[in-house]
Amino acid sequence: MTTRYTEDHEWITVDGDVATVGITAYAAEQLGDVVFVELPEVGKTFKKGDEFAVVESVKAASEVYAPVDGEIVGVNDDLDGEPAKVNEDATGGGWFAKFKLADASQLEGLMDEDAYKAHIA
Amino acid sequence: MADTELLEKTPLHALHVELGGKMVPFAGYDMPVQYPLGIMGEHKHCRAKAGLFDVSHMGQARYTGDESALEALITADLSELGAGEQKYTLLLNERGGVRDDLMVSRPFKGEETLFLVVNAATKDADFAHIEANTSGKGTLTRITDRALLALQGPEAKDVMARLCPAACEMVFMQAGVFELDGVEVYISRSGYTGEDGFEISIPEADAVRIAKLLLAQDEVEAIGLGARDSLRLEAGLCLYGHDMDENRTPVEAALIWALAKTRRERGDFPGADVIAQQLEEKTCQKRIGLTLEGAPAREGAEIADKDGNVIGVVTSGGFGPTVEGPVAMGYVERGYVKVGTELDILVRGRARPAVVTKMPFVPNNFYRG
Repeated sequence: MTTRYTEDHEWITVDGDVATVGITAYAAEQLGDVVFVELPEVGKTFKKGDEFAVVESVKAASEVYAPVDGEIVGVNDDLDGEPAKVNEDATGGGWFAKFKLADASQLEGLMDEDAYKAHIA
Repeated sequence: MADTELLEKTPLHALHVELGGKMVPFAGYDMPVQYPLGIMGEHKHCRAKAGLFDVSHMGQARYTGDESALEALITADLSELGAGEQKYTLLLNERGGVRDDLMVSRPFKGEETLFLVVNAATKDADFAHIEANTSGKGTLTRITDRALLALQGPEAKDVMARLCPAACEMVFMQAGVFELDGVEVYISRSGYTGEDGFEISIPEADAVRIAKLLLAQDEVEAIGLGARDSLRLEAGLCLYGHDMDENRTPVEAALIWALAKTRRERGDFPGADVIAQQLEEKTCQKRIGLTLEGAPAREGAEIADKDGNVIGVVTSGGFGPTVEGPVAMGYVERGYVKVGTELDILVRGRARPAVVTKMPFVPNNFYRG
């Protein structure tokens, strides 16, 4: 499984042709306590860079962008009742959505873990 | 990114940084929006125990001399403000709009002198306005060498019982001068959270030491501006510049209780004609509370009736940690003010169901004796 990162602090972990997407622990920390996550409907398609979700903290709303082109094949329903999971476990239980990849080569343009760590340093 | 060199600092700035405060610009000051505990944690702690807020950015002043000159600018009846008392009042413009909301008190034993506390963003304009309009009759002295702290929450009184027991004899909206840690402080039993609490004016040289003393008490946590906002929103309290401004009258803002009955009868305040007409006709928009589910509504969001007609706007909105859901304040046309009215708030282009709700959203816990 490969994990890549975007400049806007989304992570994407690929397994075959399905990728799980969320926001990084760094992003969650910057946001503060998450109180609501607006997720897309299963079946919707997005292009890389499209806003596919919104994450709300007590004070503000932030857009979350699709790291790649794809179709939503699953969303994390747990976030409905437990938005704090994004803060507690941003890269695990706090995942947002699963994308069926349209073009796996798009992953090559994203940062690996070392590059992302340098990005947020 | 704001250039922090241009921002003002309160006497507690270094302490906020030391405590891990996330610093942001607010009203020209570099202020902590939260500490490591986070906005939710700080908010809940304040309602459960006690929170300490640095509000030194607000404007403090003394007024002596002809009180009628000052009274002419505000909605309070100063002849009804006795020794050791405090009133919440509004500074008005000629159209009956609100220039600011403020506290005025008479805490200084044996002296008529008034103590004023105004909002940070408007303090220069407020003080200039008062000076210009009381010139030759009264003297406004801006206080720039005192910090202002707020200790709020159900256990604030337990802290004060140990550190300043005389202050515990006050009830809500009383004020006086006391000794705390060997220092002369002005304390009022009031605040901006809906909880019991104390607002404490301290000489700036002693502010850090006293803040640390308060934070050392088991009950007390440092609280930032983020939780200050969520606390006051749940308490149904207005934030000047958002929930009311120069284009909103006290009638529209549902603050007519801050206009003394005697002043209303005399009509001797700015914009009296406008306000009298609004009270008579009962047709102007009014500020109301709203609860909704899911995504919070934020300032600027349109409020619509169930047919999709826009009939109002949100002026404050966010998530209420105690209510455990989104809450908002806004203005709607008069026909929609009744508690229980079902409306929609347009959030990101979608209509989200909302209900007009009585404020405060969380019961007040003011200490009345």
